[in-house]
Amino acid sequence: MKTNLFDEVKLGLQKQGISRRGFLKLSGITGGGFVLAATLPASFADELGTLVGSAELNTFVQLSSDGTITIYSARPDMGQGVKTSLPMIVAEEMGAKWADVVVLQSAVGEEFGGQWVGGSNSIAASFNMMRQMGASAREMLIGAAAETLELPRGEFTTNNSEVIHESGRKLTFGQLASLAVKQPVPDEDSLTFKDAEDYTIIGTSVSGVDNLVITTGLALFGIDTEVPDMLYGAYHKCPAIGGSVVSANLEEIKALPGVKDAFVIEGNGRINQLMPGIGIIGDSTSAVFNAKQKLKVNWDESNASKDSWRGLVKTANGLKDKRGRNMVVDKGSVDAQFDKKSNKVVEGFYTYPFVAHFCMEPMNCTASYVAGKAGEKDSVEIWVPTQNPASVGPTVAGLYGVEKERIEVHVTRLGGGFGRRFSTEFVCESVELSKRVKRPVKLTWTREDDIRHDYYRVGGFQALKGAVDQKGKLVAWDQHFIGMRKDGKAVSGSRFSPNEFPLPNLINARGTSTMLDIATPCGPWRAPGANTHAFVVQSFIHELAHLADRDHLEFLLELMGKRQWLNPGNIRSLNTGRAIDVTTLAAKQAGWGKKLPAGHGLGLAFHFSHAAHIAEVAEVSVDENKKLTVHRVTVAVDVGPIINRSGALSQVKGSIIDGLSTMVGQEITMEAGRIEQSNLHDYPVLRIPAAPEVDVHFIESDNPPTGLGEPGLPPLAPAVGNAIFAATGHRVRTMPLSKEGYSV
Amino acid sequence: MSKYTLSINGESREVEAEPEMPLLWVLRDRLGLVGAKYGCGIGLCGACTVHLDGSPVRSCMLRVADVGDASVTSIEGLATGNSLHPLQEAWIEHDVAQCGYCQTGQIMSAAALLANNPTPNDDDIDAAMVGNYCRCGTYIRIRAAIHSAAKNSQASVEQPGRSVVSHWVPARTMEERS
Repeated sequence: MKTNLFDEVKLGLQKQGISRRGFLKLSGITGGGFVLAATLPASFADELGTLVGSAELNTFVQLSSDGTITIYSARPDMGQGVKTSLPMIVAEEMGAKWADVVVLQSAVGEEFGGQWVGGSNSIAASFNMMRQMGASAREMLIGAAAETLELPRGEFTTNNSEVIHESGRKLTFGQLASLAVKQPVPDEDSLTFKDAEDYTIIGTSVSGVDNLVITTGLALFGIDTEVPDMLYGAYHKCPAIGGSVVSANLEEIKALPGVKDAFVIEGNGRINQLMPGIGIIGDSTSAVFNAKQKLKVNWDESNASKDSWRGLVKTANGLKDKRGRNMVVDKGSVDAQFDKKSNKVVEGFYTYPFVAHFCMEPMNCTASYVAGKAGEKDSVEIWVPTQNPASVGPTVAGLYGVEKERIEVHVTRLGGGFGRRFSTEFVCESVELSKRVKRPVKLTWTREDDIRHDYYRVGGFQALKGAVDQKGKLVAWDQHFIGMRKDGKAVSGSRFSPNEFPLPNLINARGTSTMLDIATPCGPWRAPGANTHAFVVQSFIHELAHLADRDHLEFLLELMGKRQWLNPGNIRSLNTGRAIDVTTLAAKQAGWGKKLPAGHGLGLAFHFSHAAHIAEVAEVSVDENKKLTVHRVTVAVDVGPIINRSGALSQVKGSIIDGLSTMVGQEITMEAGRIEQSNLHDYPVLRIPAAPEVDVHFIESDNPPTGLGEPGLPPLAPAVGNAIFAATGHRVRTMPLSKEGYSV
Repeated sequence: MSKYTLSINGESREVEAEPEMPLLWVLRDRLGLVGAKYGCGIGLCGACTVHLDGSPVRSCMLRVADVGDASVTSIEGLATGNSLHPLQEAWIEHDVAQCGYCQTGQIMSAAALLANNPTPNDDDIDAAMVGNYCRCGTYIRIRAAIHSAAKNSQASVEQPGRSVVSHWVPARTMEERS
């Protein structure tokens, strides 16, 4: 049946009009009438369930008599595609036809298991649970069919949303819905799962379930939230992170058009909750943004950050010829190898900057704080794009003393996450604004707020020294990691692990670290640690290969050594066999060793992170003005079986482009605690003309499936840097490339 | 506060707003049309792109007082009648979106391109789309979807009355750039 999608969309909009709070969202592409998604209030979902006669087979699966299969997505989608890929696993085990599936964003609750999204963890963490949910629903449907037809259940299978008897008799899932729900829920241990060769959904390419809503511009993201009686809010914090308010021109601000109120918020001084600032309330986002620009605030910066990037660079430069204060790895006789006259030695000092997340959707949250009347307790309702739904309620409960049961959290789609949306300060700020004005408030950060009050990808420095012997073998490795710590603790992405390749494979190796103190907040940023470490290590290995006058591929494979799994059974540990396979495949597909056009160079890099073994080969050219063209990136990936092929390809290609965008021109600097960048005019990003061709190859090994949101990014920078060296003889040791005069 | 009568997606809409209010916020906060997105507020990311008399403009930079009689088309008005725009179909078929936030702006820029140049080459696409940033890095599929929509638009001239996409669209596997 061909359905008219646009009618479905319009029908959905009409329904949106009659829903109590207008959170009804359209989603997905199905054959079964219009589709609901996103942030349905539970009560409305119940009502809808009754309307269409749907039955809950388990926490994740509902079945309607019209054949519509509703699968809940418990984890938020920020572009990594879990709202499509996780339900695909459920549908596969059920024997569903994907066209019958409707995906709804679930409520926040323990019954849905882990709901946070990050660390490329969702597929690895949810694969088994999703299989169980699908298999459990399938067994209940088979039980219902066996009873109806009075035939043994062992003679049934499911496929294409039908339960099929070996005689060929069939009943549809829709026909069985009301009976299936009465079947006993199968014991978890009794469930069996399909063989991979029988998959009809897993491994195929499925278009994202929200694509119709995305392309027609319907409300979907947190910033699109609208609730009755809502006002608009802005929150202005000290540009030197941690400063507090002395005074502000509030009377002037309150007199501005569209402004309803403006006030000082003292906050509790916790960066993840409520920092001091000015709240502005108005009748439009425009009014409060405009007022924000006219704010004049006297800040007390005595407790604010004094961080200086230039200062950090100077300090690090003074440390580069010394060993670090902390010994991380110390084995063999490194210094003896450096002293040996017949060995050749190379040194490299690498620098990588702080960078911002720049989610396309700036931080925002809508909150409605309702003070209890006549002895009733206070309650809060929150609509938020968050990577960590479970953290929202407890944070607000702790801050305001509201009972957890009286806090309702709706998770919207996220306009990008990349690690930024784990924090809860934008939640607390919106709740505070709503509490003050006693009405629902949608808080939107300006882009300038978003860049200046980020949890940055940490910058850092590494000084390396290595030696090769007369045969061209790597015989000594000395690595001084200069990282950052805040409040005495290494910040996210600033840890130096002794298990980082190639340290475990070396005989003579020393790794030391020195931590510099900062006050600037840092947090996870797409492949934390890996996104800078890969650049340093994979570039320096190339430096050593060049020093030894050896082929980089051969040198790298030699370093990987024999095929072994460093910690067998632990998918988060390096498997050199898989490393060798992806590196060999990427090189082969890229035509490693082939004759290149004049001025072109090939660069190779491998990195293991997030359980993923990935190798990349970049082909670049550089003109006389140092204009860089990345012509093609060839990628080989082993993350086990692929769930959604379209989604997986998209993640890898996006990681390549995001990685290139970051390495070319992005840099956050700070002086006297103030972030010096604020928007796209001083924080350049990659545009479509510079997007390279990307050629992706999956090795679908028999390892458990794992995620792809992050690990495609780390090898890109060293692959491009090594290619620049191959093309020009110039070694890139400082990011971003613009610091050394390159552009795209 | 002033009153304005705007022509939006073929309908006449009355709004009360400060003259300085950017069209973006009139659409989003006054009219409930949230397809145009706020990304940077300085006209450099393209997420807020709408058409003004058919030309792509950054609605975050356009004062409502300056809209005048011009006809505004936002993403909500891109489909005609019961048919999605060929670009919307192509975006779904190619599974372009990752987070999806910038995609309405991308589609509006692409729609203006195709209206003027039904068969753009890669350079034409680069020139028309250079102002639209995507943090997720979906450029390769954006390019492929524009080519595909251009092809399909040509086809629909030959087959008038062509209906919308089928109810389930498998995403194309794009091993190649195409």
